[in-house]
Amino acid sequence: MIFDPPILALLLTSGITAAVWLAAAGFAVRLLRHWDIRSGSGRQIRLERQTYLVATALKIVMVAQMAALALFVHNADRMAILFTGAMCALGTLNVNEWGMPAFLAQMGMFLAAAIWLLVNRADEMGRDYPHTRAKYALLLAFAPLALAAAALQWLYFLNLDPNVITSCCSKLFTPEGAGVQADLSAMDPRAALALLFGGSGLLAALAAWPRAGRWPRVAAGILAALYFTGAVAAIISAVAPYVYETPNHHCPFCLLKPQYGFIGYLLYLPLFVATALLLGTGLLAALGTPASLRDAQPAFMRRVGCIAAILYVSFAAVALYAIMRSHLILIG
Amino acid sequence: MRRWLGRQLHLVDFTLGALMRRKGRNFMLLTVYTLVIFMLASVMFLGSALRHEAATALKGAPEVTVQNMVMGRHALSPPEWVERLSRIRGARNVHGRLWGYFYDQANGANYTLMVPPPHARDIAVREGETVIGASVARLREVHRTGYLFLLSPAGKLFRLKVARTLPHRSELLSADLVLLSEKDFRTFFNLKPRDGFTDIALAVRNSNEVPTVVNKITRILPGARVITREDVLRTYENVFSWREGIVLAMLAAALVAFAIFAFDKASGLSAEERREIGILKAVGWETSDIIAMKLWEGGIVSAFALVFGVAAAYAHVFLLDAGLLAPVLKGWAVLYPDFSLTPVIDRMQLLTLAFVTVVPFTVATLVPVWKAAITDPDIVMR
Repeated sequence: MIFDPPILALLLTSGITAAVWLAAAGFAVRLLRHWDIRSGSGRQIRLERQTYLVATALKIVMVAQMAALALFVHNADRMAILFTGAMCALGTLNVNEWGMPAFLAQMGMFLAAAIWLLVNRADEMGRDYPHTRAKYALLLAFAPLALAAAALQWLYFLNLDPNVITSCCSKLFTPEGAGVQADLSAMDPRAALALLFGGSGLLAALAAWPRAGRWPRVAAGILAALYFTGAVAAIISAVAPYVYETPNHHCPFCLLKPQYGFIGYLLYLPLFVATALLLGTGLLAALGTPASLRDAQPAFMRRVGCIAAILYVSFAAVALYAIMRSHLILIG
Repeated sequence: MRRWLGRQLHLVDFTLGALMRRKGRNFMLLTVYTLVIFMLASVMFLGSALRHEAATALKGAPEVTVQNMVMGRHALSPPEWVERLSRIRGARNVHGRLWGYFYDQANGANYTLMVPPPHARDIAVREGETVIGASVARLREVHRTGYLFLLSPAGKLFRLKVARTLPHRSELLSADLVLLSEKDFRTFFNLKPRDGFTDIALAVRNSNEVPTVVNKITRILPGARVITREDVLRTYENVFSWREGIVLAMLAAALVAFAIFAFDKASGLSAEERREIGILKAVGWETSDIIAMKLWEGGIVSAFALVFGVAAAYAHVFLLDAGLLAPVLKGWAVLYPDFSLTPVIDRMQLLTLAFVTVVPFTVATLVPVWKAAITDPDIVMR
């Protein structure tokens, strides 16, 4: 099964990412031990020069990783035809025990990459590399995730067996069933929609608030993380049935299919990016504003916040459009 | 944001100028890069076009086929099975199919002899007549006599009047097809009605019910083999994806060679380029600007190579019928259907292609780019 072009591309990307990350982690350890911006020693100059290489390599692999999430999901959906019982990406991911963890790790990598890129961007704005230590500490913290994501992907693809009969999404995402998927689909539609629209409105307002200080930004970051799970649950329990126009089908992956106009991508992409942006600005706010970025960093966070607010509003708008267009009456 | 965009635009502008100043060198890189993408894209396009053809061809196939198995081998299905299967709720159009293979000693080709299904009125055949595929017609030159002569396995010569030849557009399915009436078929292979059928086909009213119907069939006829259309489609998907992947994996050597080539090209900066970087740094460019410029250089070359490579592969596969790759991916036979592929390209193929070419290229050129960027201006300009 591994000899499939998209799988080869994904394995190649995850292999390169893991290798670059590992090399960068080694550099990060050296940097955290010896970095001293006030020093003019040869070692410091070498470290400063190497940060250009490491940061550029990381930027490239992280952008590739973020695109790889789309390829991973799209590929899982396409492969559903190869497995008995699979109707969409979910069936493919359930072919072996590594599929779901690999997907979650890939999703984690998307968020981690976005957060790191944001901190890196802020760091590059300052003349004295103000966030360099924090940025490489963050890189070290994410290193286990990067390695786990690559390892899980290899395990998943190497153990794909076309003879396995997998479970279809309509079996897993039923409120009557057991497990996380069943819990996610069992939410009351009224509460789910209140959470979805109320939450996105609140977060959009918080993100776009121009005078937000340090702690409101940190709070927005934490809220964004919480809202992310809430919004996914709301999509599963309320928005998905509206899209499928049947009260019993809750699958979050079937939304990505062409017969539903790829609406899943329009829903998930703004949600993912907005969450990543607020997590990033939350982290930046928690790190504090260095003297060299007294004006630049708050302005940067405001800009990012505005983008996040637009994305939250568009997420809610797409959800509203799906509901308005539907012939299903779930509430009332 | 606008400042950032403006900066990138200026960088692109400068990079394009720099690329044009070193036309010869960049043209060579672009040619090799395009060639690599052309090879990979050709394999992928051909693979997916073949999968698409298989899927389209199978649209008309019966949802479920039941075969009798004796000692693990495919055997004739007893006629009473048709009656038993017709009683399954949800199953409709149950009919026994008669088909078989015939090796023609005259030219070493294998034909598929078949009785058209009862509901296919447009290809119904009268006794003593036949409807044949275009390849069979070509091979046996039937246009000269208007008759097809076949020597039956029992050694009897059969003379069948060719009523018509099947259209060329169905050649993928009908290249080796010889359609006969049931009576002629049974006489040709010396089969009596009580011997039964080659297999039994049935349709299912609601496609979601296929697994249920299959379960019922296995309960009624425990020894039978039940094949669904999905099974066949899955097998085709697997076979073509696998063939495509194997060829791609073999091309990995070419990809590695290309990465080394790109690394080498990026490392060997000319004295003029070094001086250029030195001057840029001396006039205030930062290391990150030089890296960004060099990455733009790689990006522009990649974009052009992708466009040219994909366009060339498209022409190769869909206009020239993939002359370079067809034997590996299609397979071969004496009576091979001559068919044109329907152009199908999906976004995922292009994304995959970008992943397997642009990412390794960019990573391979990164270290040389960085080395060039960190050089002190006074060293290079001295």
